[in-house]
Amino acid sequence: MRRYLLRRLGQAVAVLWAAYTATFLILDALPGDPVSAMAGAGLDQAPVDPTQLAALKKEYGFDKPLILQYVEYLGRAVRGDFGNSVATGRPVTATIAEALPQTLALTAAAAVLAVLFGTGLAVLATYPRHRFLRQLLMSLPGLGVSLPTFWIGLMLVQLLSFRVHLFPAFGNDGLRGLVLPAVTLAVPTGAQLAQVLAKSLSTTLDEPYIQTARAKGAGPLRVHIGHALRNAGLPALTMLGLVVGNLLAGSVVVESVFSRNGIGRATVGAVTVQDIPVVQGVVVLGATAFILANLVVDLIYPLLDPRIVVATDRRTPA
Amino acid sequence: MSDQPLLAIEGLRVSYHIRSGLVPALDGADLTVHRGEVVALVGESGSGKSTVAHAIVGLLPANGQVEGGTIRLAGQQLTGLSERRLRGIRGVKVGLVPQDPTVSLNPVKRVGEQVAEVLRLHGLADRRKAALDAVDLLDAAGLPQPATRARQYPHELSGGMRQRALIAIAIAGRPKLIVADEPTSSLDVTVQRVILDHLESLTRQLGTALLLVTHDLAVAADRAGRIAVMSRGRIVEAGPAAELLSHPSTAYTRRLLASAPSLALRRGTATAAPRREPASAGERPLVSVSGLVKEFPLPRVGAGPHSVRAVDSVDLSIDRGQTLALVGESGSGKSTTGRLILRLTTPTAGTIVFNGAEVTHAKGAALRTLRRRAQMIYQNPYASLDPRFSVAEIITEPLRAFRDGDRASRRHRARELLDRVALPASTLHRRPAELSGGQRQRVAIARTLALSPDLVVCDEPVSALDVSVQAQVLELLAQLQADSDVAYLFISHDLAVVQQIAHRVAVMRAGRVVEVGTTADIFQRATHPYTRDLLAAIPGGRALPLAVERNPA
Repeated sequence: MRRYLLRRLGQAVAVLWAAYTATFLILDALPGDPVSAMAGAGLDQAPVDPTQLAALKKEYGFDKPLILQYVEYLGRAVRGDFGNSVATGRPVTATIAEALPQTLALTAAAAVLAVLFGTGLAVLATYPRHRFLRQLLMSLPGLGVSLPTFWIGLMLVQLLSFRVHLFPAFGNDGLRGLVLPAVTLAVPTGAQLAQVLAKSLSTTLDEPYIQTARAKGAGPLRVHIGHALRNAGLPALTMLGLVVGNLLAGSVVVESVFSRNGIGRATVGAVTVQDIPVVQGVVVLGATAFILANLVVDLIYPLLDPRIVVATDRRTPA
Repeated sequence: MSDQPLLAIEGLRVSYHIRSGLVPALDGADLTVHRGEVVALVGESGSGKSTVAHAIVGLLPANGQVEGGTIRLAGQQLTGLSERRLRGIRGVKVGLVPQDPTVSLNPVKRVGEQVAEVLRLHGLADRRKAALDAVDLLDAAGLPQPATRARQYPHELSGGMRQRALIAIAIAGRPKLIVADEPTSSLDVTVQRVILDHLESLTRQLGTALLLVTHDLAVAADRAGRIAVMSRGRIVEAGPAAELLSHPSTAYTRRLLASAPSLALRRGTATAAPRREPASAGERPLVSVSGLVKEFPLPRVGAGPHSVRAVDSVDLSIDRGQTLALVGESGSGKSTTGRLILRLTTPTAGTIVFNGAEVTHAKGAALRTLRRRAQMIYQNPYASLDPRFSVAEIITEPLRAFRDGDRASRRHRARELLDRVALPASTLHRRPAELSGGQRQRVAIARTLALSPDLVVCDEPVSALDVSVQAQVLELLAQLQADSDVAYLFISHDLAVVQQIAHRVAVMRAGRVVEVGTTADIFQRATHPYTRDLLAAIPGGRALPLAVERNPA
């Protein structure tokens, strides 16, 4: 087990480094530079004093060769220092730490809702004996996946905030304010889970051991929940590890639609003004979240299926 | 025996809905089973025997539908019962032992829990007592260390042990009837014998009637008091086992009897395929293998061994135009040996000499030459043909891979090969899904022959086929050998089949060859106790003792 965790840690470091480096290169390739943006040159076209600009560039290290900039940034990042925001001058870590709890609450709530909604829909869509009803329910996940997040958000606000004043339309106030954004974010994610789980459930229901269970005299609900669901859960669990990325990406849109503070909005702001240090910090945060989510998923597998052993090298015979 | 039968099926008609309409599976089937009786339902695939089994427990596939007739169990009509009422019958009035034990237990639940579920479902015991009873039931089903096994998961048990667990499930509710649907066809012969022995004594002890559904007449002959033969959705013949076997009244039963290899073997009338005389003593063997070892790494768990020896110091030789059979139970290393000789996997130690050249570590051109000279036929013709290829594409693929000839000559060759495996030229444009199992295996054989190889490794080439089709495919293989002087390495678990085709037999156990000899020697003068065990386990022994046993040489 320790070997396994060490190996996973090594992989995590490699992924974080790759993500950091790729972002660095992409941001450098973008037209314009952050100092000009900061000085306001890009916005009102007012001429900026070139000597002043050069001084600023020197101060932030943008005058050095790319490779030196990279080494310097990376060296500081390793020590947990992502520098200061070019736009606000505040440390990146502080900016992120401030926005993180909001986004964490939003994505966690959305993940829980998505799992409940996805599982419920998948079970419901495979349960009915009538073919037509099954097919009708089976088409819902596809619909959920194809609806744009912002549209769902706007519809929910329209219905539940403006017509029936049930939930606030925007802002960060407590639980009530969390409901609509979380639901909005959960719909496409849950639909994706439902799609995978429903497919897996209907395959599992054709397995011979399901017939064994029925031959014992087990009823349909028991067969469905007691025998099929756990066996069918593995692909959906894999999916869950992947949709964490969707949730983070979705938070950009949802936080904008509902005017919530959080990582998503901070990212949009930082990208707009080419605030490289903040963007770098967000990318590293996203990669970390992804790695953690998938580690948790891998540790859950053996709990769901006793045939899977985590702590060993899974080498297949040649 | 009371006068009212336990199970009475009359005029049962069942159809399956498929895309193109209704396909009848049962067309007026009649069957009776009396209390405490063992009845065998015998038929080839597609005869409807499994449909009968499923209809009795009310578990037809979703597209299956009872169209007429009645099923009565102890006087109670089962056809037309609601799902809810049927649930009260399954498990307590009828128990089912399913076909493939390796996939018939829920992989994520402990074995004991799965047995206890029957008792819990029907309110026969509370949670605590059900768990204890489950251990007793596993014990009754003949599972050693039942308390430990009850806490294990299915994947920790062997196929035979899993079938015992399934038997425990079937007897848990003390049903009056157990339907066993090919309960041992996926198990080794020695395991099959032990399991069937146990099932038989258990049902006798409990006074349970057993409906044994099987494709194997020899198994039926050994086990059943009465045999019912099915063909095309009807029972064509039924009667006391001894009578039916000695005086079959229909042509269909006679044909089935004639093609059952184990019965033929026991009668001593095995239709020996045309065999060429062994090569002259001075001739160099086509393949010779010495000290062959293959180790597979094991997952590192605790302090256990790091690898397992699948093949352990094997020496073999195969002469041109000869068939060497490699027999043994699953896990004995016979398939791995075949793959090593074809160099589909690399040996850990030992040497392989093919056609005078060492190919143990051949690479590049040398390996490619070997690929051309040595081919393989696989067990499952449903999985070994690409479903998206047409038959012509399948057969000519080896030619294309070796850039042999042009389009026209390849097409011509495909036609010629189809003719050699006795398939009509119209098959060329069809896809595997449109062919029967036997036809598919013929296509696979044609593909193998495309490059006119010197050696063909046949890995259980007939075990997925019905007995009558088996006989035809074996005949075809023998004919092709007589025509083209190809050598076969014939891997099989079925000694009865081997007896029909092999010149020499090598018996493998736990990675080692325990005995090699001519076919006659192995079948008449086997010296190794394991070989004797294997021979004794060939079904059909009760009805017809082995010719060898009757007059030992």
